[in-house]
Amino acid sequence: MRFDTILIANRGEIALRIIRTARTLGLTTIAVFTDADAAAPHVAAADRAFRIGTGPVGDSYLNADRLLAAARDSGAQAIHPGYGFLSENTGFAEAVAQAGLVLIGPSPEAMRIMGDKAAARVAMIASDVPCLPGYEGPDQSDEALMQAAERIGYPVMVKAAAGGGGRGMRLAETAEEMHAALASARSEATAAFGSDTLILECALTEARHVEIQIIGDAHGTVLHLGERDCSVQRRHQKIIEEAPCPVLTEDQRARMGAAAVAAAQSVDYTGAGTVEFLLDGDGSFYFLEMNTRLQVEHPVTECVTGLDLVELQIAVAQGAPLPLAQADVQITGHAIEARLYAEVPANGFLPATGPVHRWHPAEGDGLRIDAGITEGQQISSYYDPMLAKVVAHGPDRDTALRRLQHGIAETVLLGCETNAAFLADVLAQPAFVTGEATTGLLAQAYPEGFTAAPPEPQEVAIAASLLLQDRRDRMATRAGGIDADLLGWSGAPLAPTSLRLRCGGELHEVKLRVCGQVWQAALGEAAFHIHLTQCGEQTVAEIDGARRSIHAHLGAGRVWLASKAGQRVFDEVASYDTAQSIETSGQVVAPMPGVVLNIECKQGDRVAAGDILLVMEAMKMQHRIVAPISGQVAQIGVTAGQQLDAGTEIAEITPDVDQGK
Amino acid sequence: MNFTTQIVTGSDTFAENRRAMLARVDELRGLEQRAADLSERRRDRMEARGQMTPRDRQAALLDPGLPFLQLHSLAGYLTDSDDPAQSVPGASVLIGIGYVSGTRCMVVVDDSGIKAGAMSEMTAAAFLSAQEVALRQKLPFLHLVESAGANLMEYRVDLWSNGGKLFRNLARLSAAGIPNLAVLHGPSTAGGAYMPGLADYVIGVRGNGMAALAGAALVQAATGEAAEERELGGAEMHASVSGLVEYLASDDAEAIAIARDVVARLGWTGSLPAIDRKGAPPEHPPDELAGAVPVDPRTPYDMREIALRISDGSEFRDFKPGYGAATVCLQASICGIPVGLIGNNGPIDPDGATKAAQFIQLCGQAGTPLIFLHNTTGFMVGTRYEQAGMIKHGAKMIQAVTSVDVPRIALYVGASFGAGNYGMGGYAYEPDFLFAWPNATTGVMGGAQAAGTMEMVARAGAERRGEAVDEDKLVQQSALIAQHFDRQAGAFYTSGRCLDHGVIDPRDTRRVLGLCLCTCLEARARQVRPGSYGVARF
Repeated sequence: MRFDTILIANRGEIALRIIRTARTLGLTTIAVFTDADAAAPHVAAADRAFRIGTGPVGDSYLNADRLLAAARDSGAQAIHPGYGFLSENTGFAEAVAQAGLVLIGPSPEAMRIMGDKAAARVAMIASDVPCLPGYEGPDQSDEALMQAAERIGYPVMVKAAAGGGGRGMRLAETAEEMHAALASARSEATAAFGSDTLILECALTEARHVEIQIIGDAHGTVLHLGERDCSVQRRHQKIIEEAPCPVLTEDQRARMGAAAVAAAQSVDYTGAGTVEFLLDGDGSFYFLEMNTRLQVEHPVTECVTGLDLVELQIAVAQGAPLPLAQADVQITGHAIEARLYAEVPANGFLPATGPVHRWHPAEGDGLRIDAGITEGQQISSYYDPMLAKVVAHGPDRDTALRRLQHGIAETVLLGCETNAAFLADVLAQPAFVTGEATTGLLAQAYPEGFTAAPPEPQEVAIAASLLLQDRRDRMATRAGGIDADLLGWSGAPLAPTSLRLRCGGELHEVKLRVCGQVWQAALGEAAFHIHLTQCGEQTVAEIDGARRSIHAHLGAGRVWLASKAGQRVFDEVASYDTAQSIETSGQVVAPMPGVVLNIECKQGDRVAAGDILLVMEAMKMQHRIVAPISGQVAQIGVTAGQQLDAGTEIAEITPDVDQGK
Repeated sequence: MNFTTQIVTGSDTFAENRRAMLARVDELRGLEQRAADLSERRRDRMEARGQMTPRDRQAALLDPGLPFLQLHSLAGYLTDSDDPAQSVPGASVLIGIGYVSGTRCMVVVDDSGIKAGAMSEMTAAAFLSAQEVALRQKLPFLHLVESAGANLMEYRVDLWSNGGKLFRNLARLSAAGIPNLAVLHGPSTAGGAYMPGLADYVIGVRGNGMAALAGAALVQAATGEAAEERELGGAEMHASVSGLVEYLASDDAEAIAIARDVVARLGWTGSLPAIDRKGAPPEHPPDELAGAVPVDPRTPYDMREIALRISDGSEFRDFKPGYGAATVCLQASICGIPVGLIGNNGPIDPDGATKAAQFIQLCGQAGTPLIFLHNTTGFMVGTRYEQAGMIKHGAKMIQAVTSVDVPRIALYVGASFGAGNYGMGGYAYEPDFLFAWPNATTGVMGGAQAAGTMEMVARAGAERRGEAVDEDKLVQQSALIAQHFDRQAGAFYTSGRCLDHGVIDPRDTRRVLGLCLCTCLEARARQVRPGSYGVARF
C-alpha cells in the first residue's frame, strides 16, 4: 500500500530520526506532542504537529484513540511507532489496521507471539532456534516454578512473560531467593504489564548480550544485517552498544544470523526487528527475545552496513521487495553507541529532570549524534530519560572508541543532570577497552555504584571566577556602566572575596582577588590567574597563560561548567543558615490582651516550629499562638478561659539541641 | 594648539624619576601594609568568636571587581608616634568610596583588629571627612561598627567636645535624604552607641553586636546595678525589645549580605541621567606619570606633561598660553567629562593669577569641573610684583576659587606653598576631593626658606644690638628650623593629619579623577528627598 504522509507516534530523538529519513524520501511528516513537549524539537522538525495531551503518557503517546484521531485529522496514511510507547502493542497494531492505516512494523500476530515470552519460547523451540534451559508452562503455581527452577539449576532468571525493558525481571541465585524473586517479579509484572505470568530461564551471568538486526519484506525475504553487542547494561537496560561484536567469529555470525532469520520467518515477520541472544563464553548462544520494532541502537548497524533502516522500514511497509540480498550486506569498520540519559548515576541512576541550558553536540569525522533535545527545553518526568545517542564510527574498534570518547567529552549539556561522566568512565574501563565486556561489567567495575571524580582545583577556580565576574557585570550594569579601565581597580589591595562552592556534595573554599580583569583564585595552596572573556556563547578562559574555551551557564548562585567528564554544577553556599536569623527564643508570650480559648499542647509535648500551641480570642478575632521554634514544651503558664495581658508568658519551649547557636 | 612631550621614556632621567617615584609608592604601600599586618594578628581571636576580620568584612560588602577609592589610608600617621618606623597609619578605620549592590557608597569599616577599633583624634578627623564627602556627594553612608569607643588613655576634653560632630553629621545625612546604615558587628558603647542610634538602618549580629550607653562596668560604677552585657545591649535584645536593630543576622557574613540587600532596595542607582563615561584613553599612557615628573619639587617641569597623560586622547586646548605663562590653564576632558585644568609651571605672578581667576569664572559659567594641579612655590614676591598688584590679583584668584560653584578636585603633584596653595583651592578651600602624590610637599614655605628667613632676622637683630653673630648657634638654629618645617611638609605627614583625602599612586591619577568626577556630577544630578529632620526610630 502506497502512502505519502506519515504520522510519527513518538517523540524525542527517534521522532527526529524518522522525520529525517521521511523527509529525504519526500514524505510529509506529522508530529504529535503534549503541552510538556511543546518546546521539544520534534514538533518544529515535522511538517505539521498535532497536540494530543497535556503531559502524562496515558493521555498522549500511549493513547491509541488520540493518535488515530491525529492521524485522521492530519490525513496521514501510515504511522511509524518508533520504539517504546505503542511500538509493540498488538492492540494498537490492530486498531491501526482497522482504521485503514499502515503501521510501519510487523503484523499484529508476529507482535503478539514475540511479545509473550512464553509463546515466543514455544515458537523458537519449534523452529530449532537454540533456547536456554527454561520453563514457559501454563502452571504458574509456586510449586511448579520451584520445581522447574530445580530442574534448570540455579542461578535462575525469573521474567515476566509480557515484560520488557528489564522490568519484571529478577535473578534468583538460590532456592531461598526464589520465593522472593517470584513474588516481586509477579507484582512488578502485574503493575507494569497487567499480567503476572512468568517464565524461567537458566541465568548466564557472565554472558554477552548479542543481537541480530533483521529486516523482512512482504514477499517472504528476511535478511540479517549483522549483530550488535549490547553487553554493557545497567538495571538490564543497555547503555553502550557496538557493532560488530568484538568476539564473534564469521562462523558464529552466520549461524546466529541464520537462527535470527529462522526466528523471524517462524512468525512471517515483516519490517525491522531484532533477535536477541545470550552468547556464552564457550561460543554457544541462546535466544533471549525478539523486539518487533526499530531498536534504540539501530544507528550502529546503519554505520557498519551503510543502510538506512528507516528507509528500508518504509519501503517494505509500502509493499516493496527488499532492494538488496543477503550477499549485499557488508560489514565495514566498527561503530559504538553510548546513550546519554537524564539521570543521577550517584543515586542509583534515578531519572533526573531539569532545564537544558546549553546543548552543544560534538562534531567530527565518524561522529553521529541523534538527539531529541534543544536549548531552553525542560526535561520532564513524564517520558523516557534518554536524551541523545552519541555514535562513533571508524575503520576499526580502537578508532571508533577514541572518537566516541572524544564525542562524549566534547558534547556539552548544561542543566539537567546526565550520565555523561559515567559513560566516559565506562568507556575507559579496561574490560571495555579490550572488548572483553560482558553483562557483568558494571557490577564488577562499580560494586559500590558510581561517583564522579571531584572537580579539579582549576575547575573550581574557573567556576568561582565566573560567578564573581557575573556579579561584577550585573552590578556594573546596575551602577550605570563602569569604565573598563576602572574595572578591578582599587586604590590599594583589598582583602580577597571568599566564596564557598558546593559541587557533588563537597565544599570548596575559594579566595579571589581581582587585579584589573584578572581573577586571582586561591584554593588552599593552589593559585590560578584567570582571565575570562566571552566569545559568542563560549567563554574563553586564560589560566596562567594557557587558553581554553569553556562552556558555562550561570544561574542565581549556580554555575554549570562543561568538563571532560560531563558537567560540573557548583552552588554558592552561604556560611550562615538564614533560618537561624529568625527569633529562636523559646519564650512564648501573649501578643495582645485576650482570653485563652483552648490549649492545644501539653507540657512535655514535642512541637515543630509553626505548630499551634493555643488559640486566643482578642478584638473579636481568634489568634493562633504557634511555636516559634521546634523543641519540647517545657511548661505552659496559662489555662483555658484565662484573661491575659499583652506580654503574659504563655509557654516555654526548650529548643532542640542542634538548633541555633 | 599642539604640545609635544619632552619626556623620553627610554631616557636615564625617566628611569631615575620612575625609580624614585615608585620607591615612594612602595613606601606608601608598606605603611598601609603595616596597619593591615597589625590588624591581621587578631584574625584567630576574631574567627574564634565567629567573626570576620574588618578587611574581610570590607571585601564582602563591596561588589567584587568594581572600583574602590580608598580615602585616608594614612590617617593618624606620625600622630601616634614620632617614629616613622613605628607609627601605624590608618587610625583604626578603613574608609573609601566603593560600590555595594551596584550603588556607589561611602564605606567606613572600624578596624577593630587595631586597638579594638578605639577612636583616636585622627580617627574622628577621617570619619568626619568621610561624612562630609558622603553628605556633599550624596553617597549612602555605610558603617561596619565594632569599636571600643574613645581611647580613655588619650582622653582630651576637646576631642570629646568635637566628637559630637560625628553624630550631628549622621543626623544631617538622614535629614538631607541620604540613607545611612550601620552594621553592629561588635561593641559600640558609650557615645559610640549613637552610631547605630543615628543610623537609618541597623543590622545587628546575634551574639556579638552590642550597643549600650554604658557597658556593664560603667553601669556597676554608676548605679551599682550588676547588669548582664547581652541584656544591656545585645543585638538580639535591640531587635526585639528596644527596637534599635531593624535586622538581626546570625553572623557577620549574613549581616553583610543583609546590608547589601538593603542598599540594593534603596534604588539609589535608578534616578540618574546617563553620564557618558566613555573617553578615549590617553595617547600617552597614564603609567608614564611615574617617570614623567621629577620627584624633587625644586626641579621644574611642564604641567602639560601630566595633562597629556590624564586627558582623553591626550588632547587639550591651551587657554591663553602666552599670557601669565607659568600658570597653565587647559580645557580637556577626562573619562568623557569636560574639565578645566589649572596647573603651575612656577610661581603665580599677577598675570597668572588674573588668567586663572578668569578661567575659573569661565568654568563656573559653563558648569565645567575644575582640576587643580598644584606645583607652586606660591604667589610671586618682590617689589616689581608687589607694585604690579600681586596681592589684589592673588585675592581675585582666591575669590574665584572660593566662590565658583562647580566640582573642584585638587591634586598635590609637587610643591604647594604659601598663599599659592590657597589660590589653587587647597585643603582650607574644601575642594570636593583632594589627593596628594607621594612626592608632594606642602606648607607655608620650604624649610630652607624658613631657615634662611630666620637667619636674616637673627643677623639683623645681632647687628642692631651690636653683637657678634654666633655662627655655630646660627647653623644649629637653621638646621632645627629647616627640620621643623620639612618634617611637616611631606605628603605622608600631611595625609596623617587628614589634610587631604589620601595619597595616591601617580599612575592611578586618571582613574581617581574619573571616579571623583563621576561622583561629583552624579551627586549634582541626583534628586534627594530632604526633610526638616532625619528619620526617627519611634
